[in-house]
Amino acid sequence: MAKAHVTSHEPDFWNVQTEHKGIWAWLLTKDHKRIGIMYLYAIVSFFFVGAIFGVLMRLELIAPGKTIMEPQTYNSLFTLHGIIMIFLFVIPAMPAVFGNFFLPIQIGAKDVFFPRLNLLSWYLYIIGGLLAITSLFLPGGPVDTGWTFYIPYSIRTTTNVIPALTAAFILGFSSILTGLNFITTIHRMRAPGMDWFRMPLFPWSLYATGWVQILATPIIGITLLLVMIERVFQVGIFDPSLGGDPVLYQHLFWTYSHPAVYIIILPAMGIISEIIPVFARKTIFGYKFIAYSSLAIAFFGSLVWGHHMFTAGMSTTAMFIFSFLTFLVSIPSAIKVFNWVATLYKGSIALEAPLLYALAFIIQFSIGGFTGLMIGALSIDIHLQDTSFIVAHFHYVMFGGAGFGFFAAMHYWFPKMFGRMYNKKTAIVAWAHVTIGFNLTYFPMFIMGYLGMPRRYYDYLPQFQPYHIASTIGSWILFAGLVMMIVNLIRGMRSGEKAGMDPWGGTTLEWTVDTPPPLENFETIPTVTTGPYDYSRYEIAAKEAQ
Amino acid sequence: MQQENNAHGHIVGYGTYAFIWLGLLAFTGITVVAAGINLGAWTVFVALGIASIKGLMVMNVFMHLKFEDKIFKIFAGVAFITLAIFLVLTFADYLFVR
Repeated sequence: MAKAHVTSHEPDFWNVQTEHKGIWAWLLTKDHKRIGIMYLYAIVSFFFVGAIFGVLMRLELIAPGKTIMEPQTYNSLFTLHGIIMIFLFVIPAMPAVFGNFFLPIQIGAKDVFFPRLNLLSWYLYIIGGLLAITSLFLPGGPVDTGWTFYIPYSIRTTTNVIPALTAAFILGFSSILTGLNFITTIHRMRAPGMDWFRMPLFPWSLYATGWVQILATPIIGITLLLVMIERVFQVGIFDPSLGGDPVLYQHLFWTYSHPAVYIIILPAMGIISEIIPVFARKTIFGYKFIAYSSLAIAFFGSLVWGHHMFTAGMSTTAMFIFSFLTFLVSIPSAIKVFNWVATLYKGSIALEAPLLYALAFIIQFSIGGFTGLMIGALSIDIHLQDTSFIVAHFHYVMFGGAGFGFFAAMHYWFPKMFGRMYNKKTAIVAWAHVTIGFNLTYFPMFIMGYLGMPRRYYDYLPQFQPYHIASTIGSWILFAGLVMMIVNLIRGMRSGEKAGMDPWGGTTLEWTVDTPPPLENFETIPTVTTGPYDYSRYEIAAKEAQ
Repeated sequence: MQQENNAHGHIVGYGTYAFIWLGLLAFTGITVVAAGINLGAWTVFVALGIASIKGLMVMNVFMHLKFEDKIFKIFAGVAFITLAIFLVLTFADYLFVR
């Protein structure tokens, strides 16, 4: 990588004077870094709302029967927990926050290709998010369909389905525009000398993600619009009582919503690929394979949606095809995991908070992936479908994977974004709480799901209670860890030690600019001469020491 | 920045636009007529086939894709093929389930 090491004399992006003052300097900004920060604040706020709903659900389930809420409230809570966590947290989290902030810097650009469109994406995100929250308080009551809005219930329930669908529809536009912006930026704005295989792996993952965002998101947009039309005008599209087909809805819903899993996980994989070489002090193993596997995951991951519908009445032929494709997608995923582990092998490991989150990611994502293969097998899926095993599986991927990827990125890039360092010891204590709490919350769900505990049930048989108690206690430890983490980061932001230009010893371009970066990132655009993870000096020293 | 947008410099005559518009109207009429005929398993393919032709007309002429660089045509092609795969996988299920 080019050693730009440009010490700019310009003020950093937090303090730069713009044509607008005060809050307007943020709300009307076109700077990718400020937009990334605005996303960060909004996304973390929504995350904590979703997390509180999750903790309340777990508290309700600590004992059979009614504990703290009515069944209808429980139905609304798991629906809103899903909508908020999926549409407002994990889908936008990594592209919108870290993609916005670091993609242009990592490829040696001054901004994204469409800065105004970038700001519009943020506004669409906020409008969609506020609409989702507002739907809680409108007459009719909070939506209770589950985040999947399955037909025919979502046509017939009297709760606020339309505001929730509109919110998801608007959020989809935000996602499409972000993907479009990133693809264009990567094609058009890479620094001189940065060919495709000198590009860091995080931009590679954003590139693959961008394509999925553009190609799959319109399908959910149109599908949700059709549900709204069906509700309002009683046109028979999906509801069988009106002559529609509910399985068609499931096809269209999952045609987007399974690729959405890859919109979520691919950027997290990119982040892990950034962190591992830095904290192992080793050039990444199998760079090209990791880059290509992002594209392969994006492609194959877009063709496996039918595995959500094995018990929904699909044809046997389609079930066989979707099961086969599901097994195929595990190959590029495994390639990444093997390459990360191979990078760590004989590395000079620094067990800092970002690496700890990355290691937890690898283990938890692997558990999520393996259990995904189990339920991708037709015979096993029939036994496990709609049990809490499924809930555990997707939380291991979505939270244990993507969520931990987000936390890893937060701890890795924090000093560059805020110019200060958090308390490293507290960060590790918080990591331990979050990791232990996460596994205690979700692992019992595998066991009780296998034993027959259905998902989304308000009540259950007494023999499941020990697992529910363990899971609920886990949710308290997890939440305590999350609070500890966020308090530590906020303290670091306000009064942490000042961070230098490259506190971790990173080699990608963001570590060659000032901390925090100036408005236009680089005084002069760097010329790139090598690949992104050049740790040869450490590797030579390690060999000499042997 | 070698691949600047060539489409900006290309002017399409009003006659061409009108011709394409009439073509789109004609295909809309064909769609309506075809919807009234029981084509069995072919219904979806006929409807999507007509829609694809209309889409190509709009993209090529109204959106000037015809005059763009190869890279944009490749991008549009990737999107088209992906959508086609989605549709084939979805409706193939219907062919086998009946």
